[in-house]
Amino acid sequence: MRHTLPISTGIAVVLLAAACGGGPPPPPPGPDLDSLAAAEAAEQALTDSIAQAQAVRDSIDRERVRIEADETRVREDSIAAVRGETTRVRDALAERVHYDYDRSNIRAGDAAILDQKLAILQRNPSLRIEITGHCDERGSDEYNIALGNRRALGAKRYLTDRGIAEDRITTSSRGEENPAAMGANEEAWAQNRRGEFTIASGGNQLRMPTGM
Amino acid sequence: MRNAALVVLCLAGFVGRPVIAQDSIPVEQGVRIGITYAPGVRPGMLVLGGSGGGDRTTALDSARTIITRDLHYGDLFEMIVLPMGDSLSLTIGRSPGEDGDTAASHVPFVNYALYRVLGADYAVDVSVDRDSSVVVTLHDVAGELTKREVRIPNLNPNERDFRMRVHRAADELVRVITGVSGIAASQILFINAGRIYRVDFDGHTVEALSPEGQNAMSPVWAPDGHRAVYMEFQEGLGPLFMLDLDTGERRVLPFTQESLNFAPAFSPDGGTLAFSRAGDDGTDIYAYNLADDCCLQRLTVGGFSDNLSPTFSPDGQRIAHVSNRPGTPQIYVMASDGTGQELFAPFDYGVSGSSHAPEWSADGLSLTFDRDVGRVPQIFVMEVAGRKVRQLTSLGRNYDPTWAPDGRHLAFVSTRTGSQQVWIIDMETGAVRQLTRLGEARLPAWSPRIPERLN
Repeated sequence: MRHTLPISTGIAVVLLAAACGGGPPPPPPGPDLDSLAAAEAAEQALTDSIAQAQAVRDSIDRERVRIEADETRVREDSIAAVRGETTRVRDALAERVHYDYDRSNIRAGDAAILDQKLAILQRNPSLRIEITGHCDERGSDEYNIALGNRRALGAKRYLTDRGIAEDRITTSSRGEENPAAMGANEEAWAQNRRGEFTIASGGNQLRMPTGM
Repeated sequence: MRNAALVVLCLAGFVGRPVIAQDSIPVEQGVRIGITYAPGVRPGMLVLGGSGGGDRTTALDSARTIITRDLHYGDLFEMIVLPMGDSLSLTIGRSPGEDGDTAASHVPFVNYALYRVLGADYAVDVSVDRDSSVVVTLHDVAGELTKREVRIPNLNPNERDFRMRVHRAADELVRVITGVSGIAASQILFINAGRIYRVDFDGHTVEALSPEGQNAMSPVWAPDGHRAVYMEFQEGLGPLFMLDLDTGERRVLPFTQESLNFAPAFSPDGGTLAFSRAGDDGTDIYAYNLADDCCLQRLTVGGFSDNLSPTFSPDGQRIAHVSNRPGTPQIYVMASDGTGQELFAPFDYGVSGSSHAPEWSADGLSLTFDRDVGRVPQIFVMEVAGRKVRQLTSLGRNYDPTWAPDGRHLAFVSTRTGSQQVWIIDMETGAVRQLTRLGEARLPAWSPRIPERLN
């Protein structure tokens, strides 16, 4: 509504200019050069005042656009900041853990990865995650579903033992069905024996735990 | 008759040779099997060639080919292959009715003496009767008599069940000879590219049964031979589906909708479905009463171990399964109510590798499973009574064995040729043959003998 007042003012100026044309009232009969000039002057004044009002309005519009752009920039900067943090937390959350052949225990070297997820879950109380266990292609296809499930449970237990509520973590298994790396060699198998962490809910805005 | 006499003369040259193409398909290279092979005791089987048949020629030729292969793949007979092909078979097969009696022209000319010379104990003739039925006749060569005539009316090679009807005729011949029906009228389900496939016992008629773009696993046959249950991965869950194999209709089993279920098994009466469920306590075996559609029962409580892959004994009283309570997964057994769990297939602690995928044979005498030998899975069979375990394969990776209904053949997955395919082994002779030749086949399940659907 801020712009309403100046525009009404502009209109008032125009009306005023039209009303007090400037010259004496013309005599009713016959043409009068003076009155013609006066009418031209009045018309000129009217045109000038319209241009003036338009200029005022334009400057107001420019100002408004500038202010809005400023506001948008500020908003986007803060969104970018939040989003950047969320992305970094998500990346940290997505880091996989790996397992030994036919084992579901957390490797000593992978504890730090789970500690990071623990901190993230503590910092973001509405965050819920799903852990999915995967296996390499060795072992029976069906046993690997059970093994993947146990791997996911092992990672979950690490977190719940450290205070995360059970209902914030669901587990599942894909057995050997979704290998991360193709190939029938130890390098590929080692990558495929893994736990993956995905956000189930509450992951739109995530805060980075202090110290990460 | 003159021609037949000529043939006999020609054949005189062969009589001295003890072997007339004993097995037309040689045993696959490189397979070493821990099986006692008693050679030369199988009865000789001669499938007679033939000609004629008029408008039934196609059906006749197809039926003859199918029956020959069925008898060969059944591994019960020494198949006798004639060295000279058609010129011989024509004369051996039938008389042209030279006495002018046209009514007798459909009656095959039988030369038992000749068949005996060829080494045949049985001879099979496939011909067309006056009413256009295909007639499969089994001759007992030693007794010089006809043992059985199987009539297949209205046999049309373009009909969907054509091959199955011929397979059933072949199975009937086997039943007459051995007392037990053959296995030609059986099929194998398996997984390829996330879909359930079905293939006939002879490798023919490969057909996808479940939708594309899914991740189906664990197909098993219902004992009626007309339905199957399998699982499909769905967003972290694994519901089980009941599939009607005749109509293709499928429905989810509601009691498996909210969890990750796999490796199901029907009880022999079809009334109970046991299956594995992976959950918050690990993986355990559950049973559902299909007959009354109720009463989900948990049969194992693993705690820190997983229990999975149930398989019923044919009397329905026991369930063998996999348990990893000894550290590595091994084969256990329990009563069908979950009590009395104990180790089933003996293993050397710290030496024997993981054991998986047990399946009880239909006769109850044997249990097959795969076990890692040097981290490479191989097919094993345990004699249930004495709990003696022996290894059947050693070439490539071999796993997920499944019994044929005769308790003598096994289908299993093998990588012996580089690609992962389903193979069949005959435990008596050690003969193996490749069943599938597409993509990467796995998780085979051999059907019972499939009866004709009664509609």
